[in-house]
Amino acid sequence: MATRQTRTLARTMMAPAVIVLLIWMAVPLGMTIWFSFQNYSLINPMMTGFAGWGNYEYVIGDPSFTQALLNTLLLVGGVLLITVIGGTFLALLLDQPVWGQGILRILVISPFFVMPPVAALIWKNGFMHPGYGMLGHLYEALGLEPVDWFAQYPLFSVIVIVAWQWLPFATLILLTALQSLSEEQREAAEMDGANAVNRFRYIILPHMARAITIVILIQTIFLLGIFAEIRVTTGGGPGYASTNIAFLVFRTGILSNDIGAGSAGGVVAVIIANIVAIFLMRAVGKNLDA
Amino acid sequence: MARNVSVQTKTGFTILAWAVALLLFSPILWTIVTAFKTEAEAIAAPPTFLPLTFTLDNFFDVQDRSDYIKHAWNSILVSVGSTLLGLVIAIPAAWSMAFAPTKRTKDILMWMLSTKMMPAVGVLIPIYLIFRDLRLLDTVHGLTIIMTLINLPIIIWMLYTYFKEIPVDILEAARMDGAELWNEIVHVLVPMAIPGIASTLLLNVILAWNEAFWTITLTSGRAGTLTAFISSFSSPQGLFLAKLSAASLLAIAPILLLGWFSQKQLVRGLTFGAVK
Amino acid sequence: MGSITLEHVNKSFGEVEIIPDISLEIKDGEFVVFVGPSGCGKSTLLRLIAGLEDTSSGHIKLDGEDVTGAPPARRGLAMVFQSYALYPHMSVRDNIAFPLKMAKTPQAIIDQKVDYAARTLNLGSYLDRRPRALSGGQRQRVAIGRAIVREPKAFLFDEPLSNLDAALRVNMRLEITELHQQLKTTMIYVTHDQVEAMTMADRIVVLNAGNVEQFGSPLELYKKPANRFVAGFIGSPKMNFVDGPEAEKHKAHAIGVRPEHFTLSTTAGAGQWAGTVNVAEQLGSDTFLHVEVEGLGLMTVRTDGDQTFSHGDKVYLTPDANRIYRFDAAGLAL
Ligand SMILES: Nc1ncnc2c1ncn2[C@@H]1O[C@H](COP(=O)(O)OP(=O)(O)OP(=O)(O)O)[C@@H](O)[C@H]1O
Ligand SMILES: [Mg+2]
Repeated sequence: MATRQTRTLARTMMAPAVIVLLIWMAVPLGMTIWFSFQNYSLINPMMTGFAGWGNYEYVIGDPSFTQALLNTLLLVGGVLLITVIGGTFLALLLDQPVWGQGILRILVISPFFVMPPVAALIWKNGFMHPGYGMLGHLYEALGLEPVDWFAQYPLFSVIVIVAWQWLPFATLILLTALQSLSEEQREAAEMDGANAVNRFRYIILPHMARAITIVILIQTIFLLGIFAEIRVTTGGGPGYASTNIAFLVFRTGILSNDIGAGSAGGVVAVIIANIVAIFLMRAVGKNLDA
Repeated sequence: MARNVSVQTKTGFTILAWAVALLLFSPILWTIVTAFKTEAEAIAAPPTFLPLTFTLDNFFDVQDRSDYIKHAWNSILVSVGSTLLGLVIAIPAAWSMAFAPTKRTKDILMWMLSTKMMPAVGVLIPIYLIFRDLRLLDTVHGLTIIMTLINLPIIIWMLYTYFKEIPVDILEAARMDGAELWNEIVHVLVPMAIPGIASTLLLNVILAWNEAFWTITLTSGRAGTLTAFISSFSSPQGLFLAKLSAASLLAIAPILLLGWFSQKQLVRGLTFGAVK
Repeated sequence: MGSITLEHVNKSFGEVEIIPDISLEIKDGEFVVFVGPSGCGKSTLLRLIAGLEDTSSGHIKLDGEDVTGAPPARRGLAMVFQSYALYPHMSVRDNIAFPLKMAKTPQAIIDQKVDYAARTLNLGSYLDRRPRALSGGQRQRVAIGRAIVREPKAFLFDEPLSNLDAALRVNMRLEITELHQQLKTTMIYVTHDQVEAMTMADRIVVLNAGNVEQFGSPLELYKKPANRFVAGFIGSPKMNFVDGPEAEKHKAHAIGVRPEHFTLSTTAGAGQWAGTVNVAEQLGSDTFLHVEVEGLGLMTVRTDGDQTFSHGDKVYLTPDANRIYRFDAAGLAL
């Protein structure tokens, strides 16, 4: 298909999308990079001029950065671990013949549709609050001392909330992948005398490997940017105990009005995301040919 | 799915599956029941399950205190507006890529995907400053533009995968029948792709509705959406658990319903067609 | 009016040259069939004429007017696709009316023309159905209906019958031929079925690897094939070819004998070539014998259906001396 005329038209029709995204990607990113080399503070207008690597040294040199980087890794890694393992288990379970499959799916998928601040607030007040949260009641009923989750285990608490939100996503995608494994393939394996464990090991798991990769990559993209859950629960604290890179940039740039340093943090965040992105693009790109 | 299993096995799996599902659903269930309790009952120990005194007061209080309706309206404007605007830009682009692909089409698609991967914090500061200077901070249209831009790659990708499934013959037949491009798209492509376009619309409304970075950082009072609305409940102010639940329920209910209808599309949309 | 002229048309997809250089002249009202093996470029050539692809070089003229760069919508041609390509979201009526709507025809005239097409094609009772509720044959009729309402300069068919079962194919073949007699509009019809080609065409274009091997009436191609390729392609079962000393006896590099041009005998010695029956395909009306001829290889022979043969029977063949085709080393007919 496609004559020269169609191709010209096609280029014209694609132009708005391409131009808009190009601007969206290039202009602010260019500005961030520019700012990151400037002395620029909204509080202190006297601070101007070229900063060289100063902002980077300031941001990366600060202990808060190391902590935020570590927190980011723990947050992403922890959530991935919970959602991938939990999601695989749940997908296998939901794929079994059970009564009420439709309703089950709805129950399981629901947390994904809860907006992040709501999810965070429900968990913070309804469950993790030491006084009247459900977990507090549960601990008391068991004769234990209620835990003040956000004070004692701030990062872990955030991980729990985020994992709760993303578990449905992992489950749904893995379930979809599982269901595309044809019945014949499974029956053939059964005929070949494979037991349940071997069927999982040699048939189901390899089939799901790609879906798992995709879950990991896509979640990583979103998890690197976790923000609202931290903002409404711990505010990044106590200290920097639950501050990730995204939140650190927000704290430095917007809350402390240090544009230069905030931008340097932003550039670092972009670099980290790009490393993940390269892998994701490979995985998705391969699929484009199929 | 016609696997033969014994009733015992099925019962076992059913119990297990329901137990896990209810556990996962419990925070939402808790929100629903607490929203109808009085504040005193909400924090009572030991807790009650169903409200002893059923009340709707919380909902009215929330409306009085934080103007739910205004925020909900902003959420609707931003999520639906940005999705429609996105579709207008994306449909022609997806048509081009699905039906007149060139050697570069794949690269362009991948590049579009890559813009989605740019972390918001990487561009937060310039956007914040630009918005401040253009007086777009805390405006619905400013937020709509941002939301369109962040979701545009997903919209294009979803449409692209749906368009790819339409046989090109039919569009060529339209061309032979004397249809110019506009008619080909309006009378043939769009009606045929309606299910796909509807799914795209649905998923993107959901994503925009739940977006909680830009909505919080770029708005305060006037243009605040429901994410901003709910965030205003984050500072503890005495006894407020029931009101918080009511507010939460109000914020999530519309999208929860939409979400239930769009599970399948969600998979395709969020995996960029890699898992169908 | 609908004469179509191709002048040195060349088409390449990237590096790959699909059609090196074709010039053709199709007269107004002619029924021309493009035949050739799969992948030889039939569809590509048709799409070039339709304007769905553009030529790499050369010109296409409609009624003498150069339309090389014109988009399909402006060429005034109608096309019937192998997949029917009906609009699934429209009723049969709207499908047929679509080209008229695109031409901004007044509704009254649309109704009139759709009714006429529906009557011509026996679609009356299906007009309000969706295409998905129709059988393959009915869908094909709708596609034809959609093509005829706009009164095109010419019809282009790309293997329109290949998705139908054998019986229906024969019926539709007749219907399309009748339609042509009735409308007298130029038709170009692509097929790889040489029976369709022989029965429907005024003239046949035999294509091979993007080249025109021969352009002529069906009987011309049958009786005077220009070369070995056409001789082998036209006629069913295929012509038998013999080369080597036997061909040299006829002062040719190779000779060809059609299966129907043998005299067959079972009497020992009563024939030029002796052979053994390998397989006998008995169709009732005819019998096709696959005969292993000593020294010459396997040959197909057609006889009437009255005699029965079985594996291993000895037969003696005499090719009809006036109907031996002779070819030179390049495969051209002598
Ligand atoms: N868009 C394209 N890009 C690259 N090559 C193409 C394209 N379309 C067709 N071809 C190639 O051109 C050649 C001719 O294709 P065409 O479809 O014209 O064959 P055909 O004679 O119609 O065959 P068939 O009988 O199988 O339909 C084939 O080798 C095909 O692979
Ligand atoms: Mg073809």
